[in-house]
Amino acid sequence: MAARDDLVCCPVCDALHEVGEIEPGTRLRCIRCRTIIAVDRPEAIVRIVVLATTSLILMGVVVFYPFLELRNGVFTSRASVFQTVMSFSGGVMAPLSIAVAFFVIVLPVARLATLIWALGPLSFDRDPLPGARTALRWAEALKPWAMAEIFMVGVAVALVKLADLATLSMGPAFWSFAAVVFVNAVKDTQFTKHAVWSALDDARQVKRARREDTA
Amino acid sequence: MSGPSHGGAFDAHTARDAGMVGCRQCTAVSPIDAEICERCGALLESRDRTSLQRVWAWWLVGLLFYIPANLYPMLITRTLGRASADTIVGGVIELAHHGAYFVAGIVFFASVIIPVGKFVAIAYLALVVRRAHGIKPKTLLHLYEFVEWIGRWSMIDVFVVAILVALVQFNLLATINPGIAAVSFALSVVFTMLSAMSFDSRRIWDEIETASHE
Repeated sequence: MAARDDLVCCPVCDALHEVGEIEPGTRLRCIRCRTIIAVDRPEAIVRIVVLATTSLILMGVVVFYPFLELRNGVFTSRASVFQTVMSFSGGVMAPLSIAVAFFVIVLPVARLATLIWALGPLSFDRDPLPGARTALRWAEALKPWAMAEIFMVGVAVALVKLADLATLSMGPAFWSFAAVVFVNAVKDTQFTKHAVWSALDDARQVKRARREDTA
Repeated sequence: MSGPSHGGAFDAHTARDAGMVGCRQCTAVSPIDAEICERCGALLESRDRTSLQRVWAWWLVGLLFYIPANLYPMLITRTLGRASADTIVGGVIELAHHGAYFVAGIVFFASVIIPVGKFVAIAYLALVVRRAHGIKPKTLLHLYEFVEWIGRWSMIDVFVVAILVALVQFNLLATINPGIAAVSFALSVVFTMLSAMSFDSRRIWDEIETASHE
């Protein structure tokens, strides 16, 4: 027995639903726990890919350009996110440095890259790349561990703490990072498991059918 | 909101009732003996049997690391030869002294209220789902989703330490170094996040459903 296409289970509470075509402009909520299961958003995949690409480019600016600048009379110190992350790198604090690097740079970038790898070709009506399913599973698994927005709040708190020690000013990376946080939030509103996975599934079936035709 | 309005939480038909297993990754439904989801390739399990064991294991490790996180200094500041060490709560008091009550509130919330609340909430959830309970499942689900969503925000203080250490390196004038509590606090947050993730939300409904069918 194969999986039935018209049946969908709620990922939160396991309740079964029969889902046909979703009417335009509506969304399907779980009858039991009200979790949103499916949404009618034909443009969702394209939007996710476009927004993820935008974030990825902005992340490049974030990592290497100056983030914050600190002036105290004669002394000036400038820090990029990369330097911030490396600040723990000496001695016993090294693991923490690696962890912060992962939370703030590596995982957000990995999440964007896997999303683009899995869904990018679909938005151009191309065949999915090999490993698309694994990439998409990873993108989902990484979600809670990408903490760019939390880092932003950390920056705000640090600014207050340093207010009487020195004058601070924000560099280009700061504004770029703020944009990344915003773009990611918009991107996540487009994301529903059902829409994304069924789009990838359809594309794989098209590819398989075509391969059988030529064989 | 669309969809049929069902009276209560008790009349839903689950994938398990239908002799099938639902994929939590992609919402596809497979036969009960399938081990890997055909659509997305995720591992399938009708109910996560080791869920509660893992919840408690991560919970305990998280709690163990939360103790040194509060006792040892988070930040060691040296200004003109004077060194001062701040614990988590010390840092909050310091901020409040400077009149930054709002920011002090944020840090207090993220580093004290959220972690403590999380330990209590996860323990409560893990205890209550073990047997039939009279609590509304939706209340439990809201609690669980809130705990899962807010847990990451405790990392604020760790990031603040990282930013301060990177910026304040004026050698003789002022330097800031991280304390051991920064590491233990970060680990405590990670372990409690893992604890919350290990919880199988489907279990919230299981016991009440069995009870109501009997």
